[in-house]
Amino acid sequence: MRDGVTPFVLDVKDLKTVFRTRGGEVHAVNNVSFTLKPGELLGVVGESGSGKSVTMMSLIRLLPMPPAEIRGGSVMFEGQDLARIPEEMMRAIRGARIGMVFQDPMTSLNPVFTVGYQIIEPLRTHMGLSKAQAATRAAELLDLVGIPDARRRLGDYPHQFSGGMRQRVMIAIALACDPKVLIADEPTTALDVTIQAQILELIKELRQKLGMAIVWITHDLGVIAGIADRVMVMYGGQVVEQAPVRELFANPQHPYTRMLLETVPHIRGERAAKLRVIQGQPPILSRAPDSCPFLARCPQAFDRCAHENPARFDVGPAHDAACFWDFKTGAKRDV
Amino acid sequence: MLTYTIRRLILAIPTLLFISFVIFLIVKLSPSDPTAGLPLTIPPEVREQIRESLGVNDPVFVQYFKWLKLMVWDEPLHFIEGTTGWQVAPDGPRIISYQTRSPVMDLIAQRMPQTLWVVGTSYIVGILIALPLGIISAYKQYSVFDQVGTFISMVGFSVPTFFTGVLFIVIFAVNLGWFPSVYNTTHVVTDWDSFVVQLKQIIMPVMVLGLYNASQISRYLRASMLDNLNQDYVRTARAKGLTEKIVVLVHVLKNSMIPVVTVIALNVPAVFGGAIITEQVFKVNGIGQLLIIAIQSGDVPVVQTVSFIFAVLIVLFSLIADILYGVLDPRIRYD
Repeated sequence: MRDGVTPFVLDVKDLKTVFRTRGGEVHAVNNVSFTLKPGELLGVVGESGSGKSVTMMSLIRLLPMPPAEIRGGSVMFEGQDLARIPEEMMRAIRGARIGMVFQDPMTSLNPVFTVGYQIIEPLRTHMGLSKAQAATRAAELLDLVGIPDARRRLGDYPHQFSGGMRQRVMIAIALACDPKVLIADEPTTALDVTIQAQILELIKELRQKLGMAIVWITHDLGVIAGIADRVMVMYGGQVVEQAPVRELFANPQHPYTRMLLETVPHIRGERAAKLRVIQGQPPILSRAPDSCPFLARCPQAFDRCAHENPARFDVGPAHDAACFWDFKTGAKRDV
Repeated sequence: MLTYTIRRLILAIPTLLFISFVIFLIVKLSPSDPTAGLPLTIPPEVREQIRESLGVNDPVFVQYFKWLKLMVWDEPLHFIEGTTGWQVAPDGPRIISYQTRSPVMDLIAQRMPQTLWVVGTSYIVGILIALPLGIISAYKQYSVFDQVGTFISMVGFSVPTFFTGVLFIVIFAVNLGWFPSVYNTTHVVTDWDSFVVQLKQIIMPVMVLGLYNASQISRYLRASMLDNLNQDYVRTARAKGLTEKIVVLVHVLKNSMIPVVTVIALNVPAVFGGAIITEQVFKVNGIGQLLIIAIQSGDVPVVQTVSFIFAVLIVLFSLIADILYGVLDPRIRYD
């Protein structure tokens, strides 16, 4: 039933994650649905606290539970619902079928183990390789991610690598067991710009070589434009717009996306225009959303937005937006 | 690392010289008289001659250098002769106890095994209790186990051993009659029954000291584990699909043990000091008891020598702690 029935490697439906805190519940992920095709690169953008990382973390169940709790929805991956399978089965998927790369390579590696040990660990756990086989494979992986003199460097500790090199090691660990999906949580944010470009190139190249699907979380629209096939914009724990990358940049259909794109500074032009900002604060997610999360900051908002949380409307080919305002007709939607 | 160790050992020499001088002076300052313990029938002229023969009328510096020469040269040679049988020991005088008229080193050699047995066992027991206590308390922070563990270790840490010792004797020796209240050092283990007797008499001093050590070490370990459990590398380890057992007992524990091992090493001399009181309470005739008796009877050579040995232990174990730090943490290199 794997690839025959569903064309998606990952099919997330109505995922709902709640954090229980002393001050009440925080609705961090609200009915998020998205799909991922084999080999596709999905960019996930949104400001801090918009729920992009939490969504991805909860679908591979990497959030501390409690306080986090998956309240509903399904995450179909290789014929299994990741939201429901027991923890042992989830462990067999984590690091093997789904790899992860995190934001800060300086702290994501264990400082007291050699890099070789850390790459070999998932190989031995998931693929049952012998020590020698795993070491050979680890050297191949380091070579694959562009670390010179790979075999010798297996014995080095993380502090002997630069930031960019450490992120390459993280990528090697994530790719160790040949995953179907790679979740990259702001993998270039903590790196300086030249290293960022190198890591982006590396990911592009590896994607062509290995053919895995990638979920790329970032708040950098420039990165998304250069690398993604499709983009999902998140706000207040919800998906507000989703479209192929060109379509989204050319034809944004949600007021938040439109404002987000306006905040990107342009270098061309005689004098740099004043930086645009989105006024106001992101919503506090302490109650279940019964209105549009963008209501308070939206220039298009009208009475309906305060009573009803908009569903995602189809606004073009493979393009949907969660807004009652139809930018194409310039009028309120009557659905 | 080797050069560092050698450098530290050389640096330890002036430190110890200074400490030895201070110890010597402080003990000399005390108004004790080596003939005070002799019968009153001995006339003052004879007393004066005894003092003269003991060398206590010499200038302090002469006395110090005589003692130092014996301490660092003659006595070690006697020790070597005693253990190996080589004829290396000089014929000259030795550091003699005023009280027993026997060489101080022989007294120490007689009493060392008892102290090592009781203190060593209690330290190991303490560590063995502290490890699981610290790990589980941190992993299940604020659970019932953690709360109870915190309470017990707070009590164990704040209540002095002379109190818990007496309390144990009252409860287990006097009221319940389970264990003897006096440690019999002449007892020899030859068969199972005598082993049980040994076990019964050692259990109370070991538990008193062990609980005190365990409460201290477990607090350090708990704090260190809590620091590490929230680190990014722990999330990486989980994302690799490792079991919680490996994540906690391999990845987190190895990092958490770095500060704890240094605490354990640094505390070894302090444990000898703590044993002074416990040995008194349980009548163990070890080094601590030797020191107390010597202080009470104004036996200056014994006090000086035992104090100096404690000083050597402290310097030695702080060096060991520093070296262990470098061994455990690859980020620290001393060269």
